Amino acid sequence: MSALLEVRDLVKRFPVKRGLFFERTVDWVEAVAGVSFDIGAGETLGLVGESGSGKSTTGFCVLQLMRPTSGSVRFEGRELTELSGEELRRVRRNAQIVFQDPYSSLDPRMTVGNIVAEPLVVHSVGTRRDRRTRVRELLDVVGFDPTYVNRYPHEFSGGQRQRIGIARALALSPRLIVCDEPVSALDVSIQAQIINLLKDLQAEFGLAYLFIAHDLAVVRSVSDRIAVMHRGRIVETGPAKDVYEHPKDEYTKALLASVPVPDPARMQERKADRRKLQGAVAM
Amino acid sequence: MSEPLLEVRDLRTHFFTREGVVRAVDGVSLSVDRGRTLGLVGESGCGKSVTALSILGLIPKPPARIVGGEVLFRGRDLTTLSERELEDVRGKQIAMVFQDPMTSLNPTLTIETQLVETIRRHTDVSRREASRRAVELLDEVGIPKPETRLGDYPHRLSGGMRQRVMIAIALSCEPDLLIADEPTTALDVTVQAQVLDLLDRLRREHDMAMIVITHDMGVIAEVADEVAVMYAGQIVEQASAAALFARPEHPYTEALLGALPQLEDHASRVGRLTAIPGRPPSLIEPPAGCRFAARCPYAGEPDGCAEHPPELRELRRGHLVRSEHPASERARTREGVSA
Repeated sequence: MSALLEVRDLVKRFPVKRGLFFERTVDWVEAVAGVSFDIGAGETLGLVGESGSGKSTTGFCVLQLMRPTSGSVRFEGRELTELSGEELRRVRRNAQIVFQDPYSSLDPRMTVGNIVAEPLVVHSVGTRRDRRTRVRELLDVVGFDPTYVNRYPHEFSGGQRQRIGIARALALSPRLIVCDEPVSALDVSIQAQIINLLKDLQAEFGLAYLFIAHDLAVVRSVSDRIAVMHRGRIVETGPAKDVYEHPKDEYTKALLASVPVPDPARMQERKADRRKLQGAVAM
Repeated sequence: MSEPLLEVRDLRTHFFTREGVVRAVDGVSLSVDRGRTLGLVGESGCGKSVTALSILGLIPKPPARIVGGEVLFRGRDLTTLSERELEDVRGKQIAMVFQDPMTSLNPTLTIETQLVETIRRHTDVSRREASRRAVELLDEVGIPKPETRLGDYPHRLSGGMRQRVMIAIALSCEPDLLIADEPTTALDVTVQAQVLDLLDRLRREHDMAMIVITHDMGVIAEVADEVAVMYAGQIVEQASAAALFARPEHPYTEALLGALPQLEDHASRVGRLTAIPGRPPSLIEPPAGCRFAARCPYAGEPDGCAEHPPELRELRRGHLVRSEHPASERARTREGVSA
């Protein structure tokens, strides 16, 4: 059986430009430097790494929101890097994204109802009445009171806004959702609500997630498998339990040892481990 | 027992806005001893930063005003000082490190200028002596080849390095108390570990007191001796770090710890996190009773905690809680029922 998503040797380079009037490319930065992974239907791959590791760029390249420089992205057996226009749009019905910042990723001039309905309108799904029913269903599923469809995003808290963003991503019944730091802007108590929601939706609709985040504890709580990114490369990948409990790569070890855990006694032991690993992390 | 270095008594800082009076800090009392670290933890909007800014007299006036309470630093009430007197306290006796080193450093001045300026503002030394001291400080906070870094502007440094510079500036006048407001929130986790280690080492070497403000329970577990948990403008639980994490008493603290995904426990992938339903109350018209009642699984009719505000009371020596339903009392009630 082939995977839902197969990414092979993905590379994304950005030009470094100089000059005010005659801009020229003086160098290239390789944000993603040859990344390969699979995601099966209904599975969650956690992509972790620090800022600048290339994890978000990888997510954007998977959905072709950014075109990769080279490499292959096969989704449901189709090569996305070769598609464009109408064909690509059809494929995107099944592959959606949830962004980090629920403050900037929702159009402030659109009502909640219109935000959630937009994918349906773009893809001409159903009649106006069908869509209205569907929007209410979707908001209900994500735990957002459907009576507020005519309100605007700014009237809601971060957690509620993230629910709106998730409802929008679900509108077309996708099979894969790329979650780009979906809970990192939220407070702990709200973060737990959204993580639980994402898990419930996965169980109910058989969704696959590419879950991108810097918080290692959050990633562990949602992921079946883990890929650790560092400087554009995946330095370690495997089942979540193995990577967290028996990391092999030196960078993964240092990363895990750096995380403070909410237990002062355990923290003392971890600090000792940390000191042994300090060499692996460049300042 | 000797008197604490800093003692805040029943502090109330309110914001007078068009929408109404926001009771951002509403009766906060805490104290810090020399050489100790107090962790102030809570979610956004709970009043932890406003508490810190009030201590230093840095709240924006208007709209904010300290409407009650005392901030006793070495026995002197800082809330009664003039702006000039406060300026002498700030930097020299109490220093502060903020979350975002990019916005708290001046982008148009070199590292040297910013350090030298602070040193000379508070101590009577020559420019050359201040420069020499600047190199020493940068070296102390772990900046490699500090003499080559003096001429750099802040944008040339990484986030972690900028935070080290901020810490160097804060330390420049040997303060007795360092207040760090989310000092590592903008940093990557590996850099965070280094900065937290640095703060802890400096506290020991300089015998300073520290107040670390954060939303991250992990950071608290790593640096704090004492912890105060804030919710909706009030301290709801206060204890030693060891006691707080081993035996949390307030239902909010319990819920907050339960809501955290665990790094070292695989069961959390299968199970659900114990999310706290709803959200904190508005501080314009906070609930008459316990502020956590609406989200509390134990708030019931008979005790009337939703109508009458619970006092912060000492449950055990050094363990304070503001709830009618602390964990240990619930356990006792259950035993009583089953017996």
